[in-house]
Amino acid sequence: MEINVSKVDGVIDSFGGDLSQLIGILQDIQSHFNYLPREALVRVSEKLEIPISQVYSVATFFKAFSLKPRGRHQINVCLGTACHVRGGPRILGKLERDLKVEAGGTTEDLRFTLDSVRCLGCCSLGPVVVIDNDTYGRLNQEKVAKLLDQYE
Amino acid sequence: MKVKTREDLDKLRQEGLKSLYPDKLKITVGMATCGIATGAKRVFDALADEVEKGKFDVVVSQTGCIGYCQREPLVDILAPGRERIYYKEVTPEKAVQLLDVSVAGEAKEDWALFRMGGEENLIEERTIRYVESQHGTRDNKIPQYKEFPFFEKQVKIALRNCGFIDPERIEEYIAKGGYYVLLKVLTEMGPEEVIEVVKRSGLRGRGGGGFPTGIKWASCRNAHGEPKYIICNADEGDPGAYMDRSVLEGDPHSVIEGMIIGAYAIGSHEGFIYVRNEYPMAIKKLRIALAQAEQYGLLGEDILGTGFHFTIKINRGGGAFVCGESTALMASLEGKVGEPRAKYIHTVERGLWDRPSNLNNVETWANVPPIMARGADWFSSIGTENSKGTKVFSLVGNINNTGLVEVPMGVSLREIIYDIGGGIPDGKRFKAVQTGGPSGGCIPQELIDLPVDFDRLTEAGSMMGSGGMIVMDESACMVDVAKYFVDFLQEESCGKCVPCREGIKRMHEILEDITTGKGKEGDVELLEEIGFILKEGALCALGSTAANPVLSTINYFRQEFDAHIRDKRCPAGVCSELITYSIDPEKCTGCGRCVKACPAEAIVGEKKQPHSLAVEKCIKCGSCFEVCKFDAVIRQ
Repeated sequence: MEINVSKVDGVIDSFGGDLSQLIGILQDIQSHFNYLPREALVRVSEKLEIPISQVYSVATFFKAFSLKPRGRHQINVCLGTACHVRGGPRILGKLERDLKVEAGGTTEDLRFTLDSVRCLGCCSLGPVVVIDNDTYGRLNQEKVAKLLDQYE
Repeated sequence: MKVKTREDLDKLRQEGLKSLYPDKLKITVGMATCGIATGAKRVFDALADEVEKGKFDVVVSQTGCIGYCQREPLVDILAPGRERIYYKEVTPEKAVQLLDVSVAGEAKEDWALFRMGGEENLIEERTIRYVESQHGTRDNKIPQYKEFPFFEKQVKIALRNCGFIDPERIEEYIAKGGYYVLLKVLTEMGPEEVIEVVKRSGLRGRGGGGFPTGIKWASCRNAHGEPKYIICNADEGDPGAYMDRSVLEGDPHSVIEGMIIGAYAIGSHEGFIYVRNEYPMAIKKLRIALAQAEQYGLLGEDILGTGFHFTIKINRGGGAFVCGESTALMASLEGKVGEPRAKYIHTVERGLWDRPSNLNNVETWANVPPIMARGADWFSSIGTENSKGTKVFSLVGNINNTGLVEVPMGVSLREIIYDIGGGIPDGKRFKAVQTGGPSGGCIPQELIDLPVDFDRLTEAGSMMGSGGMIVMDESACMVDVAKYFVDFLQEESCGKCVPCREGIKRMHEILEDITTGKGKEGDVELLEEIGFILKEGALCALGSTAANPVLSTINYFRQEFDAHIRDKRCPAGVCSELITYSIDPEKCTGCGRCVKACPAEAIVGEKKQPHSLAVEKCIKCGSCFEVCKFDAVIRQ
């Protein structure tokens, strides 16, 4: 896939080419492309003058990164302890059945990527689901199913 | 403008006081992540809209989280000369009505949560009164803040400003005494003197380890090598703990000021704040705060005109729990994989880029300015013999009042759970409280009078950790809870050392067997053996404490393990392989809600006739159980 290298350069420059900001750089690249394309990682390695293996090791170590294209909307089901004891796993099960993907997967139409996350720090509102940047609390299986319609 | 003198600070303070206590009615919305998740943004927008229309001459403001997350969104109204009144569960419509009522000098008693006649200014050791006397205040049906059970026993040091100031306004932080402490430290105290105060205060690290902060600072100051680094660990990964998020979102300057004081004491000029990726709002508030501090010359070159320089950078994490471990965090800061290393040489000697590095967590840093302002003796007068000061706990799970509470060390679990937390909802029985996150353990009902401090929690087989307190009632299965943490740790183990990578995996397999009815005699003993090996052999604290949640549940809830293994039964009705769902024909009204909810078409029945559930089709998702309004679905 052809990607816009100048976009990658722009991100790296916005961090002043600072190696200690590698995670931040990869995050911004990912939020632009919705995943980390190979070409972008190669470019990061060239610009920061570090081996490509190091870029890949970081890109594959952290949960926030994906080397495969993700859906247009990211659903994160919180499975922190508080959400767990309040039924978080059942919410995830409901979404898995409705979207016909397993946690970590992306729907065929690239509409949703479903993932679990360990604690979003909204424990008082559990069970919690975050879709893109919107946090929803005090959910049950019935309520969560209704949330998805507004995300095209 | 660059602040150089006390007078310059005074000017900002005046501005801050004006925006904290304006001469007209002020309505403030709690807008931390937890507030926004329940609709605080919509409330704020509705209020801003009304004011825009010119109907009301009032100030609309935002603040962080006051800690009472149970009733969010919270809104408070402060009118000159009157008591401040907090309202719960405010909707946009309610908010506009509140404006109407409050402008007329009235209060909505039914919606009110509590009232406040004044607030504490901890740093300056005084109370700011909103009203001259108690006399003549009308809203007497509304409980006073300090009589409100949730707040009565709390002592707020780290959370002193959360919920009271607008975190995006440095002037309000200064009006509460902020940055005056820094001025005092930089102009009147030597670095060693600062360290001495922190040592004498007895402050211990709030991130989990509980290492004495002053000793850490001294070691880093005395370590050879330049430059030295200051790091704030805001990679708050313990599930069920969110005090660091709340401090960063509600009072970011307290952390920044603490870090600058630490940098001065240690002799560092470069600082990092490593924040979890899952906390976008904390990052946003921090960025604003750093920019403001730089703008006023409180950060950067020539701080407060003293010649001292210090910069802070924000680094975002990538979603790895192990990066909360100091050496893994530092590796990640170096642009590498977040794997820990053995600590034969401490990070205060050789940490980030092999230079002396001092890392403390958010809550620890937030404690530093009050200690410097009020002195070591004041701080050490609070708490127990070896655990000084207060600790913030996030009280969550099956409890009536969920939220963030800050209490003196040594307060008992009973006081936290029953007096502050209001006990267990729905008349259920308290079963256990999990503290310390995945490194901690479960403390049973029998130990409810345990005073909470670093040492006592460790003795009980758990630990303080970062302060998560997950309360569980009788509906929680302790084997499932143990499996939950092991599952978590298995996913988060970085895989560098064998005991952790393999040991946790094997523990998970055994627990999986037990919870699916395949457990056998000897499993518990094997779990204990693996736990011992992990403790002795793992490279970092993630692995060496990984067995705690399992060992403590075995220790206190052995009979539940036995029920799963011998009787193939889950007494709490959680482990899906060991339970069945059925419908009680006596209670079923035939409303059909469960039929609609069932994804497996396992429930059939005529309208208004008792339904029945086909066990062989049931996938045990629990949908029917959740939707039934008549408790007719039986889970056993």
